[in-house]
Amino acid sequence: MTPKPPMNDAAAEIARLKAKAKNLRRHMLSMIEGQGQGYIGQGLGIADILAALYFHELRYDPARPDWEDRDRFILSTGHYSIALWAALAEAGILPIDELSSYGADGSRLEMSALDSTPGVEVIGGSLGQGLGQGVGMALGLRLAKRGSRVFVELSDGELQEGATWEAAMAGSHFQLDSLVAIIDCNGIQADGPMVLAVEPVAEKWKAFGWDTQEIDGNDLAAILEALRVARATNRRPKAIVARTVPGRGVPLIEGKERAHFVRLERGEWDQSMRQLESAHD
Amino acid sequence: MIKPGQTVATGENEAASKRPTLDAPFGKALVEVGRRRTNVVGLTADLGKYTDIHPFRDAFPERYFNVGMAEQNLIAMAAGLARTGFIPFCTTYCVFATRRAYDFIAIACAHSRMNVKIIAGLPGLTTGYGATHQGIEDLALMRAIPNLTVVDPCDATEITQTTHAIADHDGPVYMRLLRGAVPVVFDPAAHRFVLGKGAPLRTGSDVGIVSTGLMTERALDAAAVLEKEGIHTAVLHIPTIKPFDQEAVCELASSVETLLTAENHVVTGGLGTAVADTLVAHRINTPLMKIGIPDRFIECGSTQYLQAKYGLLSDHLVATAKAQLGVTPAAPP
Repeated sequence: MTPKPPMNDAAAEIARLKAKAKNLRRHMLSMIEGQGQGYIGQGLGIADILAALYFHELRYDPARPDWEDRDRFILSTGHYSIALWAALAEAGILPIDELSSYGADGSRLEMSALDSTPGVEVIGGSLGQGLGQGVGMALGLRLAKRGSRVFVELSDGELQEGATWEAAMAGSHFQLDSLVAIIDCNGIQADGPMVLAVEPVAEKWKAFGWDTQEIDGNDLAAILEALRVARATNRRPKAIVARTVPGRGVPLIEGKERAHFVRLERGEWDQSMRQLESAHD
Repeated sequence: MIKPGQTVATGENEAASKRPTLDAPFGKALVEVGRRRTNVVGLTADLGKYTDIHPFRDAFPERYFNVGMAEQNLIAMAAGLARTGFIPFCTTYCVFATRRAYDFIAIACAHSRMNVKIIAGLPGLTTGYGATHQGIEDLALMRAIPNLTVVDPCDATEITQTTHAIADHDGPVYMRLLRGAVPVVFDPAAHRFVLGKGAPLRTGSDVGIVSTGLMTERALDAAAVLEKEGIHTAVLHIPTIKPFDQEAVCELASSVETLLTAENHVVTGGLGTAVADTLVAHRINTPLMKIGIPDRFIECGSTQYLQAKYGLLSDHLVATAKAQLGVTPAAPP
C-alpha cells in the first residue's frame, strides 16, 4: 500500500513526489528512445498528476493489482498509455525493464492501453467512454459498500464527446461523491490546437453539479491540495480542471508546436534527456 | 379519415397472435432472477415501463437506476457496474442500443467480456412508429461484434427461460425483447431453452423452415397449413443467433428438399445470412429462400398492416414454401 507521510511535512512530501514525477518522465523518454515517437507530449504533461495519484492519493496494493478494495484509476485517454505504463512500473505493478517494449509488436504495453495488462482498469482510447464507466464503477462500489474511490482522467478534447456530458449528468444525479474527474486541459487535439471551443471548462462542470476546482496541473502543491479538497463526502462528484503543458519538463518537446504525436530525431532525444536531467524540479 | 377495417399505428396492437398471452414475462422473470442473484441490477434509459422492467423496479427499487435518455451512458455505466461485480440488465429499444451505443457495446462491454445484459425492445416490425423505432438491422450489427451472445426469443415461455439463462451465463448478451402481452407459443413444461442451441420443433422431409424470434410462431402455423396439403414441413427454431448452432442447420438441410429462413429482421446479415454462410461452409447445396424485411427503411403503420405488407405472416411462408417446391408459381416479392 502507498506509504502515507506525516501530515506536517508537506514540503518533504512535495519534494518526494517531484522526484517521482521526474522518474516517470525519465521512464517515458527511455520508452521512446528506440522508436523516436509516441504520445510523449501528453505523457510528460500529466506526469505530475500521475505522481500525485500513484504515490500519494490512490489506495492500492502493487502485489495484488485486482485487490477488490483498491481505488480505481481510469485513463480515458488510452493513447496516454506511455504515462500509465511509467506510473505502473514505478509503482511496482509492472517490471521496469519491460518498459522498453512500449508499442512493440506483441508487447502488452500497447500504444493504447488494454485492460488485459495488470493495473489497467478499462480500455480507454475510444474517447468519451471513460467517465461513464467511472460513474458505473462508483455506483457499484457504493452499492457493494466498499470504501474505494474512482478517479477518471479525461482530456479537454473528450469534452467534445457528447457521452462525456451524459456521464457528467449521471455522476451528479446519482450523488457519487467518491468519483473524481481530472480533466487534463493541455489545449491540443489530433488536428492541432483545440479545433472546437470547449471553454469555459470549469463553468461547465459546475453547471453540471460537480464540485469543481481549477488548478495548474503541473504544480504538485496545487494538485495535492485539490485532491485533499476532493475527498469531501458531500454527495457531489468532484471535477479537477488541470491546466497542463504538453511536453512539460523537456523544453525541446514543449516547443514542438504543441504536437499531438511527437517524433524525435536521435540527437533531439539525447538533448531531451539532458534537458530533463538538468531541470531543477 | 379512418376507413372501415383500416388499422392505425397506436403501438397497442403488437401481438398478431391467436394464442394466449402473458404480461411482461421479462420483468417477471427478472424479479425471480433478482431474488436468487442479489448482484443483479436493472438499468434503463427512460423506457422502464415500455421495456417491461417495471416489475423489477417495484421489487428492488434500490437496485434499479434510470439513467435518462442517454444510451451511450447506459451501456458505459453497465460496464462499470459489471467491473465491480454486478450483473446489469439494461433496457432500451433495439434501435437506440445498437445504432447509438454501438461503440460502447463493442469496446466497453464485448471486448473484455463484461457481464452486461442488453435487453432491447421493439425488434423488427413490432412497432408502427416507423424507421426511428423499428430495429430491423440490429441482429446484423450485434452478430458482427466479437464475444457478444445474441438472442431472439420466440414467446413468453422462452423469454422467461432466456432471462434466467443469460443471467447464469458469464458474458455480454444482447437479447431482443417482446413486451407487454406476449403470446405463449411453447408449453413451459415441455420447452427448454438452451443458450447456443437450436430447437427442432417438428420434422418433415419436404420443406425445412429455420426461424427465430416471433417468426417461429408463424413458421409453426405455416407448417400446420402445409402439412394439411401434404407438404411435410420441419421447423428448426434458432433463438441464439450468436453463437450459431451450425450443426442443427446442417442436419436439417441434409434432410429436406428446400430451406426457408424466417426472421423479423432485414434479410441481410441476420438469420438468413447465418444459415447461408453455414451451407456454404459445409458445401451443402439445399436451395434456400430468405424471408424477412427487405433492404429498405419501413414506413409507419399498424403492425398487422406492416407485417402483412412485408411478408412476415404465416400465409407468406406457406406461399413461399409452395413456390420453392414448384407447387405454385413464384410469389410476388
